[in-house]
Amino acid sequence: MPDNEIILEIKNLSKVYDKEVLKIEQLSFRRGRIYGIIGPSGAGKSTFLRLVNLLEPPTTGDIYFKGEAMSMNGRAGTPVRREMTMVFQKPLLFKTSVSENVAYGLKARRFSKEEIKARVETLLEKVGLKELAGRYAGTLSGGEAQRVALARAVAFEPAFLLLDEPTANLDPSNVELIERLILDLNRDKGMTIIMVTHNIFQARRIAQEVIFLHEGRIVEMGDTEKIFSFPEDPRTRDFVEGRMIY
Amino acid sequence: MALLPLLKGIAEAFHLIFTLDPYLVKIVLLSLQVSGMAVLLGTLAGVPLGAYLGLKPAESTHFISKLLYTLMGLPPVVAGLVFYLLFSRMGPLGVLGLLYTPAAMIIAQFALALPIIAALTMIGIRGRGKEVQETARTLGAGRLFTAWTVMRESRFVIFGAVVTGLGRIIAEVGAVMIVGGNIEGRTRVMTTAIVLETGKGNFELAVGLGLVLLIISFVINSLLYSFQGGGRDSA
Repeated sequence: MPDNEIILEIKNLSKVYDKEVLKIEQLSFRRGRIYGIIGPSGAGKSTFLRLVNLLEPPTTGDIYFKGEAMSMNGRAGTPVRREMTMVFQKPLLFKTSVSENVAYGLKARRFSKEEIKARVETLLEKVGLKELAGRYAGTLSGGEAQRVALARAVAFEPAFLLLDEPTANLDPSNVELIERLILDLNRDKGMTIIMVTHNIFQARRIAQEVIFLHEGRIVEMGDTEKIFSFPEDPRTRDFVEGRMIY
Repeated sequence: MALLPLLKGIAEAFHLIFTLDPYLVKIVLLSLQVSGMAVLLGTLAGVPLGAYLGLKPAESTHFISKLLYTLMGLPPVVAGLVFYLLFSRMGPLGVLGLLYTPAAMIIAQFALALPIIAALTMIGIRGRGKEVQETARTLGAGRLFTAWTVMRESRFVIFGAVVTGLGRIIAEVGAVMIVGGNIEGRTRVMTTAIVLETGKGNFELAVGLGLVLLIISFVINSLLYSFQGGGRDSA
């Protein structure tokens, strides 16, 4: 697949719970880019990620992955899930060792034992947790747990990585380590990344393109520097300049 | 001295246990067979049912949840009565000839264990199961691997549900008495034998059987406690 090819496309997507929380008419993501989705609380950022990751069905609309419409139904969703993954704000680690957690996605894909061992070791080294490989995951700190979750998500080298507030409530050293890992994954593996964050500084540091969501609608999107330096919509300006309370 | 028969009973009970009294051994083995089989069947049906319900939104399972909670408190004599009527010669299942057989006892105890195992599994999985399911799916697990993961992550809850179910049925007397008939050598189990021996004034054997019941209960609960890491991780 050539660079800049559209990997994910959204058409007329909406989600209604008690009221409509998300409505996107058209949106596309190009391969190998890092996208930051920013916006105040309740803007529909996490809902958007859940729809893209097939965790919930949209009320209306379609999502196309590599040109094919995605389906939530049973086995039909599994091939798509095997090419994309998501790291939650508060990741759930399985009740087993750190290394078994990182190996999970590889086992689901029936990688060989040797390959699993090699990848787990490499990744734990990368996230600075090699010494904790045999530790029970339930005893990790918040920052360590988030690093394990990220290592687990990227172990099988998905084409598409969705991150929901990956560094919320973490200390600066953990934030720096995770941000560096995200940038490495994008540069070295060509991974397409969508990161939801309420941290506008983080979005500016990492994302190449930014989408500003407000009340479930895209207000503005484009090149990160353009959005932060020359926002066109007054709501975007209020948000990136810290005047919008969220 | 009201305590004297009890102390004498305990001493005699230990004698019966340590000499492996054939009558006592036979009753204990039948009890374990009947209740073991009932809880096994209850587990095979109740765990998947509870897991399925636990992963459904709570609002969509109101009715079946209430039904399970109600059946958790089903009096064993009522269960016994229902199955007696079903299995009696004039009953709809009378042709099967199950009344006063261990099979009838297993079925009645299965009916008592099932709602307990299903409801406790449902409650346990509802707490964390959805999150486990979503995490497994996002990591590319297929349906079977996801289901296995949910079960494995809920193993403490499921084990607790099964042990609770076993505790309930091995100690009940009403259902097995009615559908089994307490026939010596065929359908006499520990609880029905205790009732009988107490009525006959044979306290030594009654206390011996009671002690065996307590020991079995202690072993099962000790296993559960160890399995849960000494109470460290039971969530």
